[in-house]
Amino acid sequence: MHELGLMTGVVDAVCDAARNAGATRVYEVHLSIGEMTEAIPDALEFAFEVLRDQDPLLEGAQLFMKQVSPRSVCHACGQEFSHDRFHRTCPECGSLQTELIAGRDLTIDSIEAEVPDDEQSAVDEKA
Amino acid sequence: MQIDINKSVFERNDALASQLRKRFSENHVYVVDICASPGAGKTSTILATIDALCDEFNIAVIEGDIASSVDAERIKAAGIPAVQINTGGACHLESSMITRAVDVLDLERLDLIIVENVGNLVCPTDFDLGENAKVIILSVPEGDDKPLKYPGIFEVSQAVILNKVDTAPLFNFDEEAFRNAVQTLNPNAPIFPISATAGQGVEEWTEWLAGEIRRVQET
Repeated sequence: MHELGLMTGVVDAVCDAARNAGATRVYEVHLSIGEMTEAIPDALEFAFEVLRDQDPLLEGAQLFMKQVSPRSVCHACGQEFSHDRFHRTCPECGSLQTELIAGRDLTIDSIEAEVPDDEQSAVDEKA
Repeated sequence: MQIDINKSVFERNDALASQLRKRFSENHVYVVDICASPGAGKTSTILATIDALCDEFNIAVIEGDIASSVDAERIKAAGIPAVQINTGGACHLESSMITRAVDVLDLERLDLIIVENVGNLVCPTDFDLGENAKVIILSVPEGDDKPLKYPGIFEVSQAVILNKVDTAPLFNFDEEAFRNAVQTLNPNAPIFPISATAGQGVEEWTEWLAGEIRRVQET
């Protein structure tokens, strides 16, 4: 499985974003995982725990994963509908001509990080 | 404080894949990504495809394997340029690997690039390689229930090949159940029952592929 590779990309993007914002610690990482991707949450969590130790910025950070259920649109009648992995037939008109519009992506939504207040740190430095 | 990122993990792969798709389209090259389990007959199907189409089209093959160049050697022996990518353990090909492989090919004179993905029914599903079509090969001995167990790869494929149909008498393979499962997941994908080594059904598959290639050349 490729969860370690995916998580390496997540950790790199998270650390870049955190450093750009001047963060000194990341507490939380929030991901959305489409149920139609082949990425397994347990394996992502394991990969995160392994990679977390390699950057002090992420020490003790927690991973939060939100599952995104698949949604499709029917090309015959225009109906939008949620479904499971296996059944993409339109519940309205029974057409098989449907197109997936959500559920195949894996997104880094946001992080919760400690960003020192600039003014406060300036005062601290003087003192 | 909360910092919003809103970035797809597949963003980098998808961006490179889009660049590849543009290059392929500018050069009127059709690219097919062949996915299957190890041993389903990817290389044999590719060799049969080359045999049927090499008079009309200039073909090259990109071989993805965890290790070795056995497959590339088989393709080169058929007189076709082949680039071997060793993923060194990775379970699928990514667009960055294809970019490097394509750099050594002469896109201007090619009509068809066949990419043989790493043998795996799971991981290649999520990775766009800039291809025109993914094609999944399932072989009879693997069983008719595989679309139910590995739905992703059957959903993202534009065509389905059922290989080794000449072994059907030896296995309890329910072709109707297989067809029904594929149709539920992917109603638009044609299904081609073939025997890559015995030649059965290969013509129907290669005729379909030739039609797709000609369409790209006419644009």
